[in-house]
Amino acid sequence: MPSHTFKLNGEQITVEAEDDVRLLWVLRDLLGVTGPKYGCGLGVCQACTSHINGKAFNPCSVPVSKIAPDDEVTTIEGLPATVGKDLHPMQEAWLDLDVAQCGYCQPGQIMTAVAKVRRAAEDGRDITDADLDEIRNICRCGTYTRIREAIRAGAKNM
Amino acid sequence: MAEQSRSPREPVEEAAQPGSPGGPGRRRVLAYLLAAPTLAVGARLGLDAVGGESAEAAVPSLPQPEELFDLGDMQTLAAAPTSGLISVQVHADGTASFAVPRAEVGQGMTTAVAMMIAEEMDLPLAKVRVSLADARPELLMNQLTGGSNSMRSIYLPVRSAAAVARQRLVATAAQQWGVPESELTTRDGVITHGAAKSATYGSLAEAAASARTVTASAHLKSASDFTILGTPQNRIDARDIVTGRKKFGMDLHVSDAKPTMVRRPPTVNGTVVSVANADAVRNMPGITDVATVEHGVAVRGETFGQCIDALRALEVTWGPGTVDKESDDTVLAKLRAAALPMVVPPLLTKKIDAEFSFAFASNSPLEPDNAIADVRSDRAEIWASLKVPIVAQRDIADRLGLPQTAVTVHVVEGGGSFGRHLFHDVAAEAAEISQKMGKPVKLSWSRTDNFRQGRTHPMCVSRVRATYALGNVVSYEQRHTSSQTDFGHGLGEMITSTAAKLPVAGNLTFAETIFQLTQSTPYNFGVTTQLLNEVPLKFNTGSMRNIYSPNVACARELVVDQLAAKMRKDPVAFRREFLKEERLRAVLDKAAEAGEWGRALPAGVAQGIALHTEYRGAVASLVEIDCRPETVNRKVRDGVTGPRVTRALMVVDAGFAINPRGLEAQMMGGMNDALAMALTSSLHIKDGIPLEGSWDEYFYTRQWNTPPHLRVIVMPSTGDKPSGAGELGVAPAFAAIACAYARATGTLPTSFPINHATLSFDPLPLEPSTPQSPTDGLDRAF
Repeated sequence: MPSHTFKLNGEQITVEAEDDVRLLWVLRDLLGVTGPKYGCGLGVCQACTSHINGKAFNPCSVPVSKIAPDDEVTTIEGLPATVGKDLHPMQEAWLDLDVAQCGYCQPGQIMTAVAKVRRAAEDGRDITDADLDEIRNICRCGTYTRIREAIRAGAKNM
Repeated sequence: MAEQSRSPREPVEEAAQPGSPGGPGRRRVLAYLLAAPTLAVGARLGLDAVGGESAEAAVPSLPQPEELFDLGDMQTLAAAPTSGLISVQVHADGTASFAVPRAEVGQGMTTAVAMMIAEEMDLPLAKVRVSLADARPELLMNQLTGGSNSMRSIYLPVRSAAAVARQRLVATAAQQWGVPESELTTRDGVITHGAAKSATYGSLAEAAASARTVTASAHLKSASDFTILGTPQNRIDARDIVTGRKKFGMDLHVSDAKPTMVRRPPTVNGTVVSVANADAVRNMPGITDVATVEHGVAVRGETFGQCIDALRALEVTWGPGTVDKESDDTVLAKLRAAALPMVVPPLLTKKIDAEFSFAFASNSPLEPDNAIADVRSDRAEIWASLKVPIVAQRDIADRLGLPQTAVTVHVVEGGGSFGRHLFHDVAAEAAEISQKMGKPVKLSWSRTDNFRQGRTHPMCVSRVRATYALGNVVSYEQRHTSSQTDFGHGLGEMITSTAAKLPVAGNLTFAETIFQLTQSTPYNFGVTTQLLNEVPLKFNTGSMRNIYSPNVACARELVVDQLAAKMRKDPVAFRREFLKEERLRAVLDKAAEAGEWGRALPAGVAQGIALHTEYRGAVASLVEIDCRPETVNRKVRDGVTGPRVTRALMVVDAGFAINPRGLEAQMMGGMNDALAMALTSSLHIKDGIPLEGSWDEYFYTRQWNTPPHLRVIVMPSTGDKPSGAGELGVAPAFAAIACAYARATGTLPTSFPINHATLSFDPLPLEPSTPQSPTDGLDRAF
């Protein structure tokens, strides 16, 4: 079976899997990293959103063979370490505003939020309502209002 | 963290405010000290949890059954005889634990329960651990999560157990120290006697344990002494959620329970005739097993991705399903034909006749349906998010040919439910597969399975006739006709067991009984009748964050606006005039004031306001909707936009609001569900199956649909009992959005959601039943 190596949450790992198995299943079923959630497997719901080299992406839509040895994959579990703390400022904002209800979508929401704020910062501007309206992550509990508030709050501390 | 403390016990005041729990006095409660190694207290629930509140039925309308005794009261009554068996345990590490016989699916039930225990024990919230109890057959129908009833049915028993636990710890310390109990204080899990002595609860947990089961009593705290209950608290599982540590059913690891999925038929509930290539599929990479089951062909493998590859490769010949000849238009025609007649002849009055139709909708949560099953020859173990685990246990045992006692059912954390987890069909299917394969399985339905073969809120038609004369509404008749709702999850049995005590006469079906126990109009509209008729079609149906109310209330409030217009009255003033209850009048007034009812808005933008009362709670919703072309025609890739609610307000009176922050969250969710039901999300049935197959086809509310401004106002508590809250917000918000849309467009909407007539997507193929995952994810990284 083919072997794949890449950096996962700061650690170089190697895993055996068929080339076309999507990264989400490699993470969840083979490596036991369950922070990225399965919500559709179609690149739609965004519940699996994680980061690759600092950009948000859906592991459900990427065959593991497309991940290169020097690619850095960060899941919700590895987010705090990117800022050298126990919690990333966006996670702190999520706690302060008690955003979650069932919580199933929230790891993906937080990973999307961090990427959105980074892109806005790269453009030298604050997050706008238009940015928030672009977010595609489904929250079936309907926590959208608190998500919007938390992103604005978290952005201030990033 | 809130500090928990209590002063030395005041003189006994057991007789204070007898029979008046709403008063300032402290209420004496009984519980059982259970024989256990450390202190354990079982709560006993009396019938006093059932409200005997009678509505103020002002003259023109007689009270409807729901006003006297609602669905939640029935559930509370059904729970009464067995609640004595739920117990709070105190441990040597100073924590208290409680296994709650309910499901946690995001509604915040575990947080509220922890608050009850922390309050009555004078223990920090962080020292209370709440887990979900396995199926416990001895609890009978006291293990059903639904009808927004959890808080109403367990508020008193859980507090009683916690209060008795605290009392027992105090008595134990008093005995050890040789001092009167009345001189001891409790605070943050520590008992002190002046400055001289102190002991933690943990250090007393063993000494306080009882050698045999006996009754004991204690006083509940007065509401005026609460420092946790009634204050906003964050979820107890919030940190686990934001760090990805919270384990949902999908995340559980059970030894050798490998990923399993099912190739499903192209029509609802279709069956397997033959499989041409099972052996070839079994030899695909990563695949271990293939087995034919009742409604498809199961594959088990190393990863879910390989299961998708395998199920897509299967060559299956399908038998018919249960609704193959049905489409949206055939169902609608059957509903219209089955509507019960109106009875009030409009002789000397003017009348309004209106008909509203509501499409099928999916109650699927975000976490795809899943269950783990490990079935052996003599026993079985199941892990699933189940709201009625006892019924699941019995049914699965029957199907497997095992005694009920040989089936262990673990209730796990669910990623949403909205009615879906009332049913155990997924757990039963996992058990069937495990038995046939002879191996443990971790079954997941695909997203497309959830929409096409999962549970739907039934299509329904609501007709209303109202007559009016001389400034009065003389009659209000509503005839609700629905495709049959499946109540095979245990609520039916509850009705049977309590039938003699319900204020509904005659020989009603389960559905009619539930309709009568949940529906009432809040207005004095003269002769009022609301009746249900069902068309028995074999769709997989169920409730969806309420059963009938969002549709019934939407139809009602639209007609109320029509009546106000005909009678030349302002919609708020008109509602005020005809409302039966002061609580509703109070939330209406608050909403009109805080939401600036009547403020100037541009053409194409309008306000709508609506009211609803249920579960002993009352809500007013006021929204502003923007129907101008530049808003309606916004473009979002693979999404629907349309009219946008730009400002939304929910004013809620939940009796006693246990956790205002959690209640606010429930109202927020209710509003977003209402937006979906009113504007965007529905299933299109064509030739026996829904066309929707993904979240870009089933248009649940997204960020581009949600109101940029949402405010929730929690009214000061109007009583000492919590109302239901989980479903409470959907109906008034749905109705307010519909009323605002009618006003903004000048057109009365009669078909919901309003975009249902347009198919806004290209349906995924029906076969294979699960689409392949994309491969271009890196191209879309941002």
